[in-house]
Amino acid sequence: LSAAPETPKEDGRPKWDNKFQYILSCIGFAVGLGNVWRFPYLCQIHGGGAFLIPYFIALVFEGIPLLHLELALGQCLRKGSIGAWNTISPYLGGVGVGSWVVSILVSLYYNTVLTWVMWYFINSFQEPLPWSVCPLNENRTGFDKECYESTAVNYFWYRKTLNITPDIAESGTLQWWLILCLATCWAIVYLCTIRGIETTGKAIYVTAIFPYLVLTIFLIQGLTLPGATDGLVYLFTPNLNTLKNPRVWLDAATQIFFSLSLAFGGLIAFSSYNPQKNDCEKDAVTVATVNSMTSLYASIPVFSVLGFKATTAYWDCLDRNIISVINEFDLPEKSIMRQNYTSWISFLNSSHPEKIAGLKLKSCDLQEFLDQSVSGTGLAFIVFTQAIILMPGSQAWAILFFIMLFSLGLSSMFGNIEGVFTPLLELQIVSKSTPKELLSGIICLISFLIALCFTLRSGSYWIDIFDRYAGSVPLLVIAFFEVIGVVYVYKIKRFSKDVKWMTGRKLNLYWQITWRFISPLLLLIVFMAFITLQMLKPPSYAAWNPKYEGFPMKEEKVYPPWVQAICVLLAALPCVCVPLVALFHLIKQKRRSKDTSLVSPEVFSCQGTNS
Amino acid sequence: YAWDANEEYLFKAMVAFAMRRYSSKSTTQISNVLLCNVTDRVSFWFVVTDSSKNVTTVPGSVVEAAIRMNRNRINSAFLLSDKTLQFLKITSTLSPPVEPSTPVWLIVFGVVLCLIVAGIVFLIVSGIQKHKKKNKESTERENLEEKVEVTVTLENGLPCEVLDLKAGHINGVFAADDERFTSL
Repeated sequence: LSAAPETPKEDGRPKWDNKFQYILSCIGFAVGLGNVWRFPYLCQIHGGGAFLIPYFIALVFEGIPLLHLELALGQCLRKGSIGAWNTISPYLGGVGVGSWVVSILVSLYYNTVLTWVMWYFINSFQEPLPWSVCPLNENRTGFDKECYESTAVNYFWYRKTLNITPDIAESGTLQWWLILCLATCWAIVYLCTIRGIETTGKAIYVTAIFPYLVLTIFLIQGLTLPGATDGLVYLFTPNLNTLKNPRVWLDAATQIFFSLSLAFGGLIAFSSYNPQKNDCEKDAVTVATVNSMTSLYASIPVFSVLGFKATTAYWDCLDRNIISVINEFDLPEKSIMRQNYTSWISFLNSSHPEKIAGLKLKSCDLQEFLDQSVSGTGLAFIVFTQAIILMPGSQAWAILFFIMLFSLGLSSMFGNIEGVFTPLLELQIVSKSTPKELLSGIICLISFLIALCFTLRSGSYWIDIFDRYAGSVPLLVIAFFEVIGVVYVYKIKRFSKDVKWMTGRKLNLYWQITWRFISPLLLLIVFMAFITLQMLKPPSYAAWNPKYEGFPMKEEKVYPPWVQAICVLLAALPCVCVPLVALFHLIKQKRRSKDTSLVSPEVFSCQGTNS
Repeated sequence: YAWDANEEYLFKAMVAFAMRRYSSKSTTQISNVLLCNVTDRVSFWFVVTDSSKNVTTVPGSVVEAAIRMNRNRINSAFLLSDKTLQFLKITSTLSPPVEPSTPVWLIVFGVVLCLIVAGIVFLIVSGIQKHKKKNKESTERENLEEKVEVTVTLENGLPCEVLDLKAGHINGVFAADDERFTSL
């Protein structure tokens, strides 16, 4: 036997510079915009601190096992998603293709959300902030009607940024400012992923750590704002009654699942660049824990700021009422203050009830303002921007906030793009001599061209569709087949041996039980519940229509049939890859030989994949 | 400052001044402006009489137009603003927000885009240079390594990769762990 001149695993595959880069990339991929604008919302509407119970249970029984599975799989087989599943069994190759398709679909619309963040970022350099004032109408006697009836922030978002149409069927034209920002965003993504993990590994140091800095700054600032404590108390007060509602458990399970970015193939791609002897078990627990801690940590400044905003709105409401009362009764200024408002009102109501009734005073209730919960883009672009206007030094806060959102989204984009890029490199559709820069450039260019449809005036409705249908159901299906594939097709005994070889420890009972029974069962239940809930109500959307009688409330509209067909297509396309590829292989195998064994020969195992 | 009879006098004077400027007639006197229903909150009604037409009041629209034209003078006389000195039924003409000639966001956008394009060009160029260097080096090395490669991986006349794939048994004594080999 001659000693090999290089390590047995030298196969020219790129690798991480150090372990920290790898962990940081996984954390950056998992920690995304949803940690900031979805988790606090769920916490708030599902009974505050009580939501943490189903969340933690879902983390332990669904999140961590699935994460460990994906990381171990990628590390063992050292291939991207398509290659890895093809290696496990050609019949399961469809799972890899499905994740690849989902990664493409999600990259398309996710970068458009970053476009909006970038647009707000470059608009934050003005004084005053453009979303703080309404533009004037033609004869300059008042404000623009649409702006006046809703608010300046709403106007800036729906009119100046999106220029939204009242209906999804009206597409409108391409918005040139959004195209510019979209091109910039894809250029940034190209810059960072130009050579695969060589470049993302360097970029991730900034994009993954910077949000934590900004969150800390916002935390300190948020806690000093008046009304912050009201917001925090409101958020964290546990209301254990909500746990009786199954919707809460479903939301916790789906939140954990989507928050960890499972089933995209990106995690498999990341761990495939690891050396094989790496403790993936510890990595999985670390990444999942950091992700959940970040969600909790982010909800504190978010809710301080929301509490501040609610308090300011409450004070404004009181002040408006005070002015009308003083005007009506000709009382001297400063006779009614916020503190004695209620006593004055009761006094005046007893002496002059008809005058008070004639004033039509709006009832100001702090709870009502705190109850106005928003999630998603509404939280960032409407509610938070409004709160930022009220803070001193608003330009700086706006700039910081939008850079933070941009880095959060960018680090998740890296994972998505890796999930697309790595399998393509391995499929060998391009020759070895084509430089990686060219391939990543082509991917970014094609994605940019397709994503141009999101810059149409109806683009934001389409992004909602992609988010609801392409980025939800297929992931559950793919994850289910992942677990079933590894545990029952590849056989968990072999996988345990592989993991033991990689980590040096035997798989303990927790992993065995969760992988075999609990996680697939949970996934099945979540999938059924999700589908049932979607079926219950007809698919509708909320349209921004200035001509609607209830304006500024949004108008509920139902999707036209052709749009519903596209929704179904988006959800079904990745899922259908799984049976299609299996069928394709079955036919190929039947034609070639009589051997219809599911898995490749016995010798294949983790240690054997040295080539 | 407190509102007293002197301030009322000033107010009458300002209204008379506004009427004079608007209608270009020098006939309006301070005595033509009458205040009534003065309350503690400092709100009152006022009318402007026309002494040339036998104690009739000037129409409200004329007064409104006159005040609108001279609003800023009246405001500054009292050190107040449109918000703090309110004339019911006279909406103020709002000044548009200041609009710089090039929108600020285009400038910021230009800066960001230039930085990114510079970064991309730098990375592509350095990639091409590395590629060229590697090509040159590998053609030099290939000539040296050709001979060595042929002998290293043969075992009993069979290449090692084939041995791995065949369903043979690995002898634990000889090839137990990778740790026996010094790791690089």
